[in-house]
Amino acid sequence: MVYGCHPEQRRSTFGRYATGAPFLCCGCTGRQSALDTAGSEADATSFLFWVLVSTGAFIWLAVVGLLVYALRDRRHMWSEDAAGKLILWAGPIFSSVVLLALLTYALWLMPGLRPSSAGALRIEVTGTQFWWRVAYHQSPGPPAISANEIRLPVGEPVELVLRSDDVVHSFWIPSLGGKMDMIPGRTNRLSLLANKAGIYGGVCTEFCGTSHALMAFSAVTMRPDDFDRWLAAQSNPAANAGGSGKHLFMKHGCGSCHRIDGTEARGLVGPDLSHLGGRETVGAGILPNTEDAIARFIAEPGVLKPGTRMPSFAMLPPDEIRAIATYLKGLK
Amino acid sequence: MSVRPDADTRKIRHAQAERLRAVWANPSGWRYWTSVNNFQVGLWYSSAAFAFMLFGGVLALLMRLQLATPVSDLFSADFYNQAFTLHGTVMMFLFAVPIFEAAAIFLLPPMLGARELPFPRLGAFGFWSFLIGGVFVCGSIFFDAAPSSGWFMYPPLATDPELSGVGADIWLLGLSFIEIASIAAAVELIVGIMKCRAPGMRINLMPLFAWYLLIVAGMILFAFPPLIAGDILFEMQRMFDWPFFDPTRGGDPLLWQHLFWIFGHPEVYIIFLPAIALMAMIVPTFSQRPIVGYSWIVLAAVGTGFLSFGLWVHHMFATGLPQISLAFFSAASEAVVIPTGVQLFVFIATMLAGRVIFSVPMLFGVGGIAIFVIGGLTGVMVALAPFNWQAHDTYFVVAHLHYVMIGGMLFPVVAGIYYYYPLIDAKHLSDALGRIAFWLMFAGFNIAFFPMHLTGMRGMPRRVFTYQTELGWDWLNLISTTGAFVFASGVLLVAFDVLRPKNRYLRGEMNPWRAGTLEWISEPEENWGVRSIPVITSRYPLWDQKTLMRDISEGRGYLPDAEEGRREGLVTSVLDARPLQVLRVGGTSYLTIVSAASLGATFIALTFHWWIASLVAAMAAFTAIVWWLWTGTAEIPEKPEKDVGLDLTLPIYASGPASVGWWAMFITMVGDSTAFASLVFGYFFYWTIHPDFTGGIDGPGSFWPLLALALFAAAWGLTVVARRYNTKDDVLVMRLCLAVSFALTCAASVAALQGPRAHAMQPTAHVYPAIVWILVIWVLAHAAVGAVMQAYCLARSFAGRLTRQYDADLSNVVLFWHFLVITAAITFPVIGLFPQAGWR
Repeated sequence: MVYGCHPEQRRSTFGRYATGAPFLCCGCTGRQSALDTAGSEADATSFLFWVLVSTGAFIWLAVVGLLVYALRDRRHMWSEDAAGKLILWAGPIFSSVVLLALLTYALWLMPGLRPSSAGALRIEVTGTQFWWRVAYHQSPGPPAISANEIRLPVGEPVELVLRSDDVVHSFWIPSLGGKMDMIPGRTNRLSLLANKAGIYGGVCTEFCGTSHALMAFSAVTMRPDDFDRWLAAQSNPAANAGGSGKHLFMKHGCGSCHRIDGTEARGLVGPDLSHLGGRETVGAGILPNTEDAIARFIAEPGVLKPGTRMPSFAMLPPDEIRAIATYLKGLK
Repeated sequence: MSVRPDADTRKIRHAQAERLRAVWANPSGWRYWTSVNNFQVGLWYSSAAFAFMLFGGVLALLMRLQLATPVSDLFSADFYNQAFTLHGTVMMFLFAVPIFEAAAIFLLPPMLGARELPFPRLGAFGFWSFLIGGVFVCGSIFFDAAPSSGWFMYPPLATDPELSGVGADIWLLGLSFIEIASIAAAVELIVGIMKCRAPGMRINLMPLFAWYLLIVAGMILFAFPPLIAGDILFEMQRMFDWPFFDPTRGGDPLLWQHLFWIFGHPEVYIIFLPAIALMAMIVPTFSQRPIVGYSWIVLAAVGTGFLSFGLWVHHMFATGLPQISLAFFSAASEAVVIPTGVQLFVFIATMLAGRVIFSVPMLFGVGGIAIFVIGGLTGVMVALAPFNWQAHDTYFVVAHLHYVMIGGMLFPVVAGIYYYYPLIDAKHLSDALGRIAFWLMFAGFNIAFFPMHLTGMRGMPRRVFTYQTELGWDWLNLISTTGAFVFASGVLLVAFDVLRPKNRYLRGEMNPWRAGTLEWISEPEENWGVRSIPVITSRYPLWDQKTLMRDISEGRGYLPDAEEGRREGLVTSVLDARPLQVLRVGGTSYLTIVSAASLGATFIALTFHWWIASLVAAMAAFTAIVWWLWTGTAEIPEKPEKDVGLDLTLPIYASGPASVGWWAMFITMVGDSTAFASLVFGYFFYWTIHPDFTGGIDGPGSFWPLLALALFAAAWGLTVVARRYNTKDDVLVMRLCLAVSFALTCAASVAALQGPRAHAMQPTAHVYPAIVWILVIWVLAHAAVGAVMQAYCLARSFAGRLTRQYDADLSNVVLFWHFLVITAAITFPVIGLFPQAGWR
């Protein structure tokens, strides 16, 4: 599933915001790049990008070349008439032709980039400070609820229904396609078509408050049969023995904010944790999904993510925190 | 007059010059700060704007330090957010726009061959407002109270008091105050450029700088009011919970985005065009020839100005608007490249047709063009909706906008500093330091910002205080930070060059660059602008009118003397600059500072909800402004006309469309109407987004609104009639009409209030009652001003300051009332009849 990694990954220093483990398992530069594509819209726009860059480079060289020539000590001064002709040809005429060509190309691209995806798989994503609610709608049965991770089948169009709970956010997976805002009171739709399996980065791109920088997610594109199997598993409670962690989770009231399918934890304030153990990250894309990271987030959420609504549970004994983390990591 | 003057003539000239010098002299000691002279105000204004720029630059460096390494914990998230919000705000509102108002106040009078701009006290008032507002907004960061929601202040983040704190109020009120100052400056510049040019300087002989400033001032007039209207809605939501942007009560956050970008996009061109204007002065001088394609560049500038109002949606391509509007706004955004390109090619053509002398101003100018063209080309890219969906709100856009702003604005401004510095103290800046500074700035800029294109394409969003390490952004960010410091060292070198003492240098000659335009007749030692006002017959008078400089300095132009001890200039006709009137302008006064300070105190007190302090300050501001008007405007001269020299006698007083005051009122009210139109736009915007935009709430009915309209119409009619009777010298009827009209205005206001009041419209319940209330309050506020104006005219009449012949006050008030009655005629049918129509 991991796509295009470099063999040697840099060890990172996560400092205040993360633990000292490599982020995800993929260290390559393409994970969140609009130029390293895995979706049909991103393919088309990255090609458009290179067309525009080469046209632009050519024009820049021509203009600056002319400028340098004009500055040089020349033997002949141009006549006013010739100089006037330059304005006419280079100004309105040449630029109109180039712009018209580029505009036509881009506008011709547009309808195909985001086709209507009626009948396709519908994923509802709701932005909220500073994480993402996710719901997969399936024709029979209730939606499968998740958070901070989007999974998409390769080769099948997906319709994303984008909303916001609080302030304006913007949903962006550079490797798959362009972004779309999530605006309170409005519903936006975005269709994406992934064409390569892998793990990609997604982020919030509209400034949404203190920890805007820490509002990310991972987008996992999967082979359709893998995806179907995964979604079926998502729709049911995780198989987990529970143990002391589950008991502590309920006892300390975590369930008033978080929901875990098949338990009495039904809170809707924070992210759904039903299958937390199976996700790539914790804390909405800021930490690798390890027991350590989960324990750390429980102890100091406000340090890892300034402005989060989750209170610190640092007053719990470390072994209790560890037990809760073990329980959550086991929810797959 | 003989070529070799005899002793008597010399004596007379000397006496004239002495009188003139005394009239225009600056006050001494601490009173220096009460000066209103355009040279002083222009210099203070530019210095303040540069100081704010350095402050904004320091914030940028702090941000670059934070981003130099991934997951840095140098600064907290909250401080970083305050820093980038303030950086954008300061650079846009406190540097980029004001610096050109400042340069225009400094340069325009000599460039137009005028003594002063028509409203010097208004200019000084604008400066003090700017300074107070600017210090207030910037100072907030030292109290950890700076705005932190981004310079675009999107609701609901910025309207929610829990998420945005007092910083948002500081932003809204501090900047509204500054915007008012900007509009004041725009009024002054438009009237100055249209009515105060030297005789003979027909509109097609005007220096390009004046053309550009005229266009830009016109743009300010239409671009800033929508933001002010937005600010009003915004602050009403923050202070009183009126739900303009709250979707749960019928509001919509997108309305703010529209209003903000209807301002925000023209703003880019408001910043960019004056920089091109500086280039349009510099390039011909160093190409040693007139500009090639004068009409081309003027038309292109006008075209850019117009088009810039049709592009705002390209800041909103990701908000989910229909694809057809995206296509339209993509096309419009591309179209603006054409006139921009024309302007650049005009410069290149001028250089090609001339012989270029290379100098520091040219170095900065040309370097700026090379940078700006990259910004323009990336602009072509981001204007295409599909590419925009990827690039929007990433570091690609950060790179794009800095290429546009720094190449298109900062570099030309530095070119302007090196070019115009001799006008400040008749000395040159250092050529060597200038060259070093240029290369530091040019290299540093590109090292800092070029990699950001790639950073953005690799997925780095804007406005992030930190980033994770393995996304491929680390070394790109480190390079950017390095470049930023190199760039900053170049800026610092320019600042050092400007500020270092230059006492040991000799006074340079006048017109050191051998330029052709009129501003170079200005002598730094003299405050009078021009010794005498010349007749202009060329676009480059210093090149084409061989004796001009001597004629001016020997007092052979108009108004070489100040016999009555008053500051005087000429008013000329708009198109062909025929002399029409002698304009007496206001001199040194503390009223400008008092008005600005008390108005500033009003806004500052409002920020902290100190209602009583705010009321007291508002009363003080009102008193100061009325006192200013009473003592300083529409003054009846001691004689109807005077000899201005060159066998010409002109009237000293003018009223109606012939007077500059009438034009100022007209232009102000055009801006005011734009703000009103934005509110009406808001009303219909809510109507379009909801199936039932009244939310099932009772409207104000038709009776009270229509009654209010009838009463306002009657009050307007009587004001018009009052003026007619005044012209017939029937003072009694005139006073009676004004008094009855005043009473009618009060009655109309009560009727206007009664509509929403009688129907118990709760503005906090839903956006429909809130927008109705805002429209009514808008009319009421204008009615209050209208009533004060009527009372003022009555008082002037009783005081003998308003007579049949001298009726400027009354004709300006009538003009205000024309606008007021139009406002009423739109507001009341919209709120009273439109909901009844039941079209939806």
